[in-house]
Amino acid sequence: MEPKYFRSLEELKIDTREETDKKPAGDRQSIFEMQQELKKATTATRRDFLKVFGFTVASAAIASSCEQPVRKAIPLLIQPEEIVPGKASYYASTFFDGIDYCPIIVKVRDGRPIKIEGNKLSSLTQGATNARTQAAILGIYDNARFKEPKAKGSASSWQEVDEAIVNQLDAIKAKGGKVVLLTGSVISPSTLLLIDEFLAKYPGEHITYDVLSASAIREANKKTFGKAFVPSYQFDKAEVIVGFDADFLGSWLNPIEFTKQYSKNRKLTDGQKKMSRHIHLEGAMSITGTNADERIQLHPAQEKETIAALYYELEQLNGSANTKSISSPVDVKKIAKELYGKRGKALVLAGTNDPESQLMINGINEILNSFGNTILTDVELKLRKGDDAEMTRLVDEMNSGSVDGLFLFDVNPAYDYPQKDKFISGLQKVGLKVALPIYEEETAALVDYICPDHHFLETWNDAEVKTGFYSLGQPTIRPIFNTRASQSSLLKWLGKDTDYRAYVQAYWENNLMAMSDSLTFRSFWNKKVHDGIFESGRKEKAVASFDASTALAAQNAVQAGDANQISLVIFPNVAVGTGKHANNPWLQELPDPVSKACWDNYVAISPKLANELGLKDYDTVDVAGIGMLPILLQPGHEYKTLSVAMGYGREKAGIPATGVGKNVFGQIELFQDNRQFVKNNIAIEKLGGTYEVARTQAHHTMEGRELVRETTLADYKENPISGNEVREEIKKHLKSLYPKRTYDGFHWGMAVDLNSCTGCNACVVACSVENNVPVVGKEQVLMAREMHWIRIDRYYKGDENNPEVVRQPVTCQHCDNAPCENVCPVAATTHSNEGLNQMAYNRCIGTRYCNNNCPYKVRRFNFFDYNGADAIKGNRQDPTEMTTDLRRLVLNPDVTVRAKGVIEKCSFCVQRIQDKKLQAKNESRQLRDGEVVPACAQACPSEAIVFGNLNDKESQISKHFADERNYHLLEELHTLPSVGYLTKVKNTTV
Amino acid sequence: MYVSPIREPLIRGEKDYSQVTKDILAPMAGKPTRYWYMGITLSSAALLFGAWATFMTMYYGIGTWGLNKTVGWGWDITNFVWWVGIGHAGTFISAILLLFRQKWRTSINRSAEAMTLIAVACAGFFPLIHMGRLLLGFFIFPYPNTRALWVNFNSPLLWDVFAISTYLLVSLIFWYVGLIPDLGTVRDKATTKIRKAIYGFLSFGWTGSVKQWSRHETVSLILAGLAAPLVLSVHTIVSFDFATSVIPGWHTTIFPPYFVSGAVFSGFAMVLTLLIVARKALGLEEYITVNHIESMNKVIILTGSIVGIAYITEFFMAWYSGVEYEQYAFLNRAFGPYAWAYWIMMTCNVVTPQLFWFKKIRTSVVATFIISIFVNIGMWFERFVIVVTSLHRDFLPSSWVMYKPSLVEVGLYVGTLGLFFTLFLLFIRVFPVIAIAEVKSVLKSTGSFKKTGHHE
Repeated sequence: MEPKYFRSLEELKIDTREETDKKPAGDRQSIFEMQQELKKATTATRRDFLKVFGFTVASAAIASSCEQPVRKAIPLLIQPEEIVPGKASYYASTFFDGIDYCPIIVKVRDGRPIKIEGNKLSSLTQGATNARTQAAILGIYDNARFKEPKAKGSASSWQEVDEAIVNQLDAIKAKGGKVVLLTGSVISPSTLLLIDEFLAKYPGEHITYDVLSASAIREANKKTFGKAFVPSYQFDKAEVIVGFDADFLGSWLNPIEFTKQYSKNRKLTDGQKKMSRHIHLEGAMSITGTNADERIQLHPAQEKETIAALYYELEQLNGSANTKSISSPVDVKKIAKELYGKRGKALVLAGTNDPESQLMINGINEILNSFGNTILTDVELKLRKGDDAEMTRLVDEMNSGSVDGLFLFDVNPAYDYPQKDKFISGLQKVGLKVALPIYEEETAALVDYICPDHHFLETWNDAEVKTGFYSLGQPTIRPIFNTRASQSSLLKWLGKDTDYRAYVQAYWENNLMAMSDSLTFRSFWNKKVHDGIFESGRKEKAVASFDASTALAAQNAVQAGDANQISLVIFPNVAVGTGKHANNPWLQELPDPVSKACWDNYVAISPKLANELGLKDYDTVDVAGIGMLPILLQPGHEYKTLSVAMGYGREKAGIPATGVGKNVFGQIELFQDNRQFVKNNIAIEKLGGTYEVARTQAHHTMEGRELVRETTLADYKENPISGNEVREEIKKHLKSLYPKRTYDGFHWGMAVDLNSCTGCNACVVACSVENNVPVVGKEQVLMAREMHWIRIDRYYKGDENNPEVVRQPVTCQHCDNAPCENVCPVAATTHSNEGLNQMAYNRCIGTRYCNNNCPYKVRRFNFFDYNGADAIKGNRQDPTEMTTDLRRLVLNPDVTVRAKGVIEKCSFCVQRIQDKKLQAKNESRQLRDGEVVPACAQACPSEAIVFGNLNDKESQISKHFADERNYHLLEELHTLPSVGYLTKVKNTTV
Repeated sequence: MYVSPIREPLIRGEKDYSQVTKDILAPMAGKPTRYWYMGITLSSAALLFGAWATFMTMYYGIGTWGLNKTVGWGWDITNFVWWVGIGHAGTFISAILLLFRQKWRTSINRSAEAMTLIAVACAGFFPLIHMGRLLLGFFIFPYPNTRALWVNFNSPLLWDVFAISTYLLVSLIFWYVGLIPDLGTVRDKATTKIRKAIYGFLSFGWTGSVKQWSRHETVSLILAGLAAPLVLSVHTIVSFDFATSVIPGWHTTIFPPYFVSGAVFSGFAMVLTLLIVARKALGLEEYITVNHIESMNKVIILTGSIVGIAYITEFFMAWYSGVEYEQYAFLNRAFGPYAWAYWIMMTCNVVTPQLFWFKKIRTSVVATFIISIFVNIGMWFERFVIVVTSLHRDFLPSSWVMYKPSLVEVGLYVGTLGLFFTLFLLFIRVFPVIAIAEVKSVLKSTGSFKKTGHHE
C-alpha cells in the first residue's frame, strides 16, 4: 500500500472517512457539509481562486473574441443499417459518360460519394480506371449542375414541365409529326428498350450522335461483314500491334480496357521473357505513339496510301495479287513481314474515320487472320453506335422543319457539332425542344424545357458495353438537387408510374436472369447489385463471312496524298476529352502526357516547321480560322502536322471551363459522310504577340543523367541487368558512418514498372481525389506552383524532330535517409517506424528548407490558401471555385486539408495503411500482401505501381525490389529511397 | 644615418581632449542638417515600401513572391545572408582588432558596431518573414510545452536561430558597454533637463572613477574575448544551412571559411560606404582619416582574395569530384540562364578589390566609395548565385524552373535598406558616432606633436 502523506490531522480524518466506504448521501446538505470539510482541509484557496479566476477570464476572453459559426449537425433519428459514421461504405456502379466506360466501386463516407475506384470483378477492366473516370466524382458536386427543371428559361416544377411536354407530345402525335430522341451511344439495354417503347407511343426516331465517331469502322464492317458494328479488340492476344494514329491508350474506343490488355502483354515481371511489339505510325505525337516500341512519323495525308501499301505487301506475302502496288513514305515491307510472321497474333488498327482506310484495315486483318483471334466479331463493342450520316440527316431535317419534337439526352451539339450554327438554326425550327442535361451547357441554353438528369452516381442504370458484358449502376447518394433520371422522365412522359429502378429490374429479370445460374430473381439481383457486373458469356450471331471485294476496291482507288500540305489533327486529350468534363478543375489542371501543358489548348507544331515559319513557343497564330491560339513546339510531330485538342472553348459551362481555350470542332469536315478529325491543306497565320501556356515541366531532356534507365528486349534476355549496370557501381560506394535503420514491423515500399507506365495520368487524379490535393489554377501553374503529389516526368531522348519519349512517375521516395527530415527546424517532417516519411502539417511553419533539400523535388508548398482552410481572409486563392460548399463535399475526411504556408507531399496514403491495419487488428490477423493499396496504384490501369511491405520477403514488392531491373532514383546520394523503378524495356529488335 | 619616420597620428588636426568632445558631440547638438532630413525622408520612404511588402506577404501569403515548387528560397534568404555578412564588420573591428591591439579601430568601432546591430536586425527579419506560418514561428524555440514537442537539433536552421540571437545579444551588450563612458560625457554636456535625465539613466551613473574605468576595461576585454569567436561562428553556421544540404552548389565543405571571409569583406565594404558619407556629412574627416580607409581597404584586399580563391576552388572541386550534378551546377552558374548574376559577382568581388593594390586607389576616398559599393553589390549577387542558381536546376531536370522576384520581394529588400539607413540616421543623432573616450586614449599615439612642438 502506498504511504499516505498528510499535512494535518483533519486531512487524515477525511481520508479515513472515505476509507470507511460510507457513501455521501447525495442530498444538498451532505454535499454542503463535504464542501465545508474540504474547504477546511485545503489551505490553498487563494491559489484556487486565482486558478478559477484565470480560467474564467481566459475562457470568457476566448468565448467572446472568437466568433463561432453556427453549424448544425442533426443526428439521425433512426440509425440506418450498416452505416457507421466515419466508416466508408463501397457500392458497385458503372461509369459511362458517352465516351469512357468503366465498372467502378464508389466509396461513400457519411452519405457522400468521395472516391471512384475500379471494379476488380470486371474481366474487361479488372479494376483499371483512367483520369477522366477518377475525376468524374467531382461531377456530382459541380457548381454548374442544373438544380431544378426549367421552362422557357425560368425555374419551374416537374409537374408543370411534364404537363407541358406531354401536351405538346400528344399534339405532335395527333398531327402526325415526328419526335426525335438524340442521344450519345446508349449502352444501357433497359434504356434502349425504353426508347423503343417511347417511340412506339410517339412516332419518331432515335438518333445516336457520337462526338468521337467510329462510324467508319461500322461502315467498313457493314461492307465486309454485312453488319455495322464495332468489334472487340484483344490487345492481350496480339504479339505485334501496328497502329495508324489509333490512340488506344488515350481516347480511342475503350482506352481503359485496352491499356489493361496492352500492358499485360508487356510485363517482364514474374519470369516472363517476352513482350508484344508495338509499331505506331502517326503524325501528331500521342500518348500511344510515345509508348510504342517503334514510332514512325507519317503525314496524315499519306496515311491512306501507307495502309494501302501495307495491304499490298501483305497480299504479296499471302500469295494473292488483287491490290495495286503503291509507293508509300514508310518502309512497309518490313512491317508487313513482321506482321505476316505473326499471323493470328497480329493486330492492325487505324484511328481514322475514313471508311476506305478502315476497309483496307479490315482487309489487312483478314490476311493476318486477326478476326476471331485478336479481333472478335461475335462480341461487339457497343460504345460507338453512331453513324455520322444520320446526324447529318437530322440536322438537315431540322432545318427543313420536318422535326417537331427533339429530346436531347446529355448531348451538346450546339458546342461540339462541327456545323453548330446549322444545328442551332435548325433547332429554332423545332416545335418542342427538350434537353435533359446534367450541367449547364451550350445546347441547353437554347431549348424550351430543361429536365435536368441525375448525375450517374444518383441513379440506377445498367450497361452492356460489350456483348454479354453487363454492369449495373446504382445510386450512392440521394439526389442533391431537384433533378430526375432522364429515363424516369421518359417513363413519366409515357404515362407509366414505374420508376426507372423497377424498369431496370424488370429488364434484368426478363432478359438476363435466364443466362445466370441463379434460381430466384432476388438472389440474382442482390448478387449483381453487389458485384456491379454480370458477364453472361452471350455472343452475337455470327457475322457473314468476310467479303474482301470492297476492301480491294478501296485499295485500288487510293491516290497518293500530298505531304507538302500542312494538316491539322484534332484530338481528344486525356484530360478534358470531348469537353464534357471541361468544368472539372482536376482535369483542367492535369498536364498533357506528351506536352505537359494544362489549362489550355494550343497548336502543337514540329520544331522544324516552327523554325521555318519563324515561330517560337507561345507565339500566337490563327490556324484555319480557329482564332487566336498559342504555338507549342512539340518534338516528334511530323514535319507538317499540327494538332489541337478538342474539348476547350466552352461558352456556358461554369467555372473554370468557360473561356478556357478555343473550340475546334468547327474544323471537322465530312468525307464520305463521316466526320474527319484531320483537316488537310490548312493555313497558318502568325498573329504577333504571345500567349503563355501553363506547363508543369519546363526542361525536357535528362541531360545525360541515368534517371530513366532503358534497355532493349534482346539485351534484357541476354542479361537482365542490362541498362541498369550502373547500379552495381553505385551500390559499392554506398557506405555510411551510421548504423542502418531497422524496421521491426512493416517497412513500406513502392515499385514502379517503367515498362508498364503509359503516362495516362490516372494516378495523378486519383491522388488528388484521395488526398484533397488542391487545384491552383492556371496563373499558379505558370509560376510552377502546381500541387500534385505525384507527377509523371516526361523526357525526350535523341533527335529533336523525332525523339524517343520516356516517362517516370515521381512521388515522395520516402527515403530511409531522408534529406528533408534532418533540416526541418521544428521536426515537422519525421520518419515513422514503418519507413514512412511523414508530415505533421500542424507543426510545419513553412521554412521550405525540406523542399529545397529534397533531391526529387516532390514537396509542395501552399503558397496561398487554396482550400479555404486558413484564418486570414486574403490568403484565399481559389480561381477554380473548388472551395464552394458544394465542391467541398468531395473532400476526403480522412486527410487533413492543408492551410496556407505549410509543405505537403505524398504520404503513401497513410490513411489507407492505418485503415487496413486496424481492420486486420480487429480480425486478429496479419495484414495480407496487397491489402494496402495507395490511390495511385489502385487507379493505374497498367498495374505499373506495386506497393507493400519490404520486410515480407514473399511480398510482391520484395520480388520487385529483388528484380535485376530494379533501381532507385538518385541512389548515389545515399538517400535510401523506398521507391524502386524497374528499367524500361523496349522491344526494338526485329 | 637612417631616421625612422615618425608614426603618423591616428587623429589629425592636433586636437585636445575638449576639442575631441566638442567635435564628436557636434552632430548630436542643435537641429539636424538639411542633408539629414533628406536622408531620413528617403530612407523612411523605403521603409514604408517595406511595410507595404510585409503587409502583402502577411495578408495574401508567400504566394505574392516569385518562389515556386523548385526554388523555395529566393531573395529572402539571399538578403538574410547578405545582411548577416554585413553585420560582421562591427564586431570584427571592435573585438578582433581590439585583441590585436589595432588602435586605429577606435575611430570607427562605434559606428561599425551600430551598423552591425542594425544589419543583424535587418537580417533577422528575413527568416521570420519567409516562414509560411509566421504566427507559429515560436515553434522554433525549444520551450517546454504540454505536447512534449521539441525542436530538431539536427537542423542548421535551428543552429541559425541560436547563432544569430547569441550574436545579436553579445554585440548589443558589447556596444552598449562601450557606450557607457560616452553617455556619461553626453549627460555632462547636456543642456536640457530631459536630455540630462535620459542620458543620466542610460549612462548608469557613470562618474569616471578609476574603479569604474578599471571594471569597464575588464568587461570590454572579456566581451571582446566572447565576441571574437562569434564573428567566426555566426557565418560558419549560416553557411551550414547550405553546406549540410545535398543540393549541388550547396553541398560544399569550403563554405564556412569562404562565408566568414566573404562576410568580413562585405561588412568592411558597407562600413566604408557609410563612413565615407558620414565623415563628410558630420565633418569628422580628422577622426576618420585616409589612413583608416586605407587600413580597411587592406582588409578588403585580403578577404576579397580569399573569396576569389574560394570561387575558383569550388570550380576545381566540382571538376575533381567527378560528380556530374556538381559539375553541371557550376557550369550552369557560369554559363546558364543566370550567368549574368555570376559574372556580376565575379567582377565585383574578385576583380574590383584587386584595384586596391594601387596605393593611389586605396587612399582615394572617391575610388574607395565606388569600389565599396561594387563589393556590396557583388556580395549580394554571391548569395543570389548560391541560393537561386543552385536550386533552380538541381538533380531532376523535370523540376528545373526559373525564378523571378516579385515586386513584394523587392519591397522587402528595399524596406530593410530603409530600416538600415533610418536607424543609422537616428543613431547619429542620439549617440556619439565615435567612441570619445577611446579616441582620447589614442591622441598621444604619435610623437609628431612633440617633435613639431605644437603639443600643449
